[in-house]
Amino acid sequence: MSHLHIDWTACDGRGLCAELLPELLAEDDWGYPVARHGKTQPTVPRHLEDVARRAVDRCPALALRLVNDPS
Amino acid sequence: MTETLWYAGRGTGVVSLVLLTIVVALGIGARSGRTAFGLPRFAVNMLHRNAALLALVLLAGHVGSLYFDPYAQLRLVDVVLPFTGAYRPFWLGLGTLGFDLILALVASSLLRHRLGARSWRIVHWLAYLCWPVALMHGLQTGSDGDSWWLRTVLALCAALVLAAVAWRLSSPFTQFPARVTRRVRALQETR
Amino acid sequence: MTNLLDGPADGRLDTHLDHHGRPPVLNAPQLVAQLRAAGLTGRGGAGFPTWRKVDAVLRAGGTPVVVANGAEGEPFSGKDRALLTYQPHLVLDGLQLAARALGARTAHLYTGPASADGVRAALTARRGTGLDPIPVTVTVAPDTFIAGEESAAVAAVSGRPAVPADKQRRITEAGVGGAPTLVQNVETLAQIALIARHGPDWFRSAGTPDEPGTFLATVSGAVVDPGVVEAGHGVRLGELIAAAGGPTAPLQAVLIGGYHGGWAPARRDLEISRAALAPLGASPGAGIVRALPANECGLVETARIAGYLAGEVAGQCGPCINGLPRLAGTMADLARQRARPGLPAEVARLAAMVTGRGACRHPDGTARMIISALRTFEADVAAHLAGRCLASASGGVRR
Repeated sequence: MSHLHIDWTACDGRGLCAELLPELLAEDDWGYPVARHGKTQPTVPRHLEDVARRAVDRCPALALRLVNDPS
Repeated sequence: MTETLWYAGRGTGVVSLVLLTIVVALGIGARSGRTAFGLPRFAVNMLHRNAALLALVLLAGHVGSLYFDPYAQLRLVDVVLPFTGAYRPFWLGLGTLGFDLILALVASSLLRHRLGARSWRIVHWLAYLCWPVALMHGLQTGSDGDSWWLRTVLALCAALVLAAVAWRLSSPFTQFPARVTRRVRALQETR
Repeated sequence: MTNLLDGPADGRLDTHLDHHGRPPVLNAPQLVAQLRAAGLTGRGGAGFPTWRKVDAVLRAGGTPVVVANGAEGEPFSGKDRALLTYQPHLVLDGLQLAARALGARTAHLYTGPASADGVRAALTARRGTGLDPIPVTVTVAPDTFIAGEESAAVAAVSGRPAVPADKQRRITEAGVGGAPTLVQNVETLAQIALIARHGPDWFRSAGTPDEPGTFLATVSGAVVDPGVVEAGHGVRLGELIAAAGGPTAPLQAVLIGGYHGGWAPARRDLEISRAALAPLGASPGAGIVRALPANECGLVETARIAGYLAGEVAGQCGPCINGLPRLAGTMADLARQRARPGLPAEVARLAAMVTGRGACRHPDGTARMIISALRTFEADVAAHLAGRCLASASGGVRR
């Protein structure tokens, strides 16, 4: 499994990640990504890993990372 | 055969300039943080990237065909080093300069995750130099500079980029106008 | 029971050595074993087991750096400054002990402007005594709330602005100059200096079995003699208040753990330990106890603190720089009885929204303090929504 790590010191709230991963992320009152399900660093299920990787790749601020969780 | 190369060189040149214009307009527009034409922001982002890659391919065709074209008489050094050519060295040199800049822009973008956001962003500012350079090169270097159709295309290109700038400046920066922009507070160190 | 504040409180080296003697030298396994047996936890607020942190730095390999953190941005806390003023040599002993055991070649002491001169004088006094084999660099912290946060401390001693950093990599693996870095609160280091001298069993003679040892508490607010006192974990609130001269007025509630802490009812028998305070959403934190008299409105005080914390945002993280002012503003509306249906729910929503969404715990701590206020002053929340205030009804002043 893996989870999304957001570097808040880099995130500009441009919104690409929330568009690509609507299952995991929404936008808060100011357009910054917020996890839909409680956890602040959402767990990425297997079937979303590819699209999560694309979100990481496309983040204009390089603020998003996919971190592997030691199993 | 040689005619083909000449036509290919001119054609790919014009098309890659149009593509670059689209890339620049999308880049400027995307920076507004708003969505346009009903497209999601990631789609604009992908379009920006893919159009840039396509422009590079066409540009390679443009340079390649003119390199092999016996009339153009390009030397290898002209492809890399600007302002050394025999034929209209300044205007040809602008093309070489633009090509080098595009190589830097594309390479740095592909290596963005290695370079880090700050270095990448600095290199990416070169796009604002690259596009006018390419435009001037297109207007003055070839044999079509006086033709009505090339002038029309270039005018439309300029209009598109200007429109993107106007759109970018016209309304709030984001769709979240209440947002406070991040800015690290200046911390006074007392020593 | 006093350990840290025991002995001469003049900050002098000769009296320190007369009382405590020279510190022993421990190797890394000895230090880890002693800290583990003692059960010492970090005294900066987070309460992380010290041995684990030391162990993590050792496992990271390479030549580590040790940072003594005495930057006390918390307005209700004064214990680090008191310690550095009265017992600087205990802190410096602890810093050397940890640095030598870890094989560090550089050590830093990071402290607020008020303590810097005293610390420099103490370091000068130790020159030529062989007490400081590892050179100590003093860095003065800016007077901001978040300057003492661990990654802000690392940034500051590295010559960068004292703001928190993203924690993709742990500081114990990559801190100052990329080296594995041990950042410990100055009180923790002073405790290490005592544990090395007297042993883990001696340390465990105070506190509770789960939370052994003493801690420094800064008691302020409606007390006769506000100041720093030392007590074992598990001490009752009444004893701490009594140690600060007793209350000046009937008490309504206490803020425990400071601006990032939690409000709790001022019960005399309230136990000050992590375990006992956890159900209340509070923790001893850095040992702060602020007594609120019955005639002062807890919601007004909470709104004041929230406003201060919103102003202390470093400005790096979007949810924090946007969320905290909005949270503080909503809290202020509630405090000033600008009744709006759904105000408490909006406060709770914003608190949940900012939590966990920053490079540091500033939004989390702010949200937690506010949520604890809604719970502790529940009756007053209802009164405020009806346009009244229970505290002012009890003869207090409305601010």
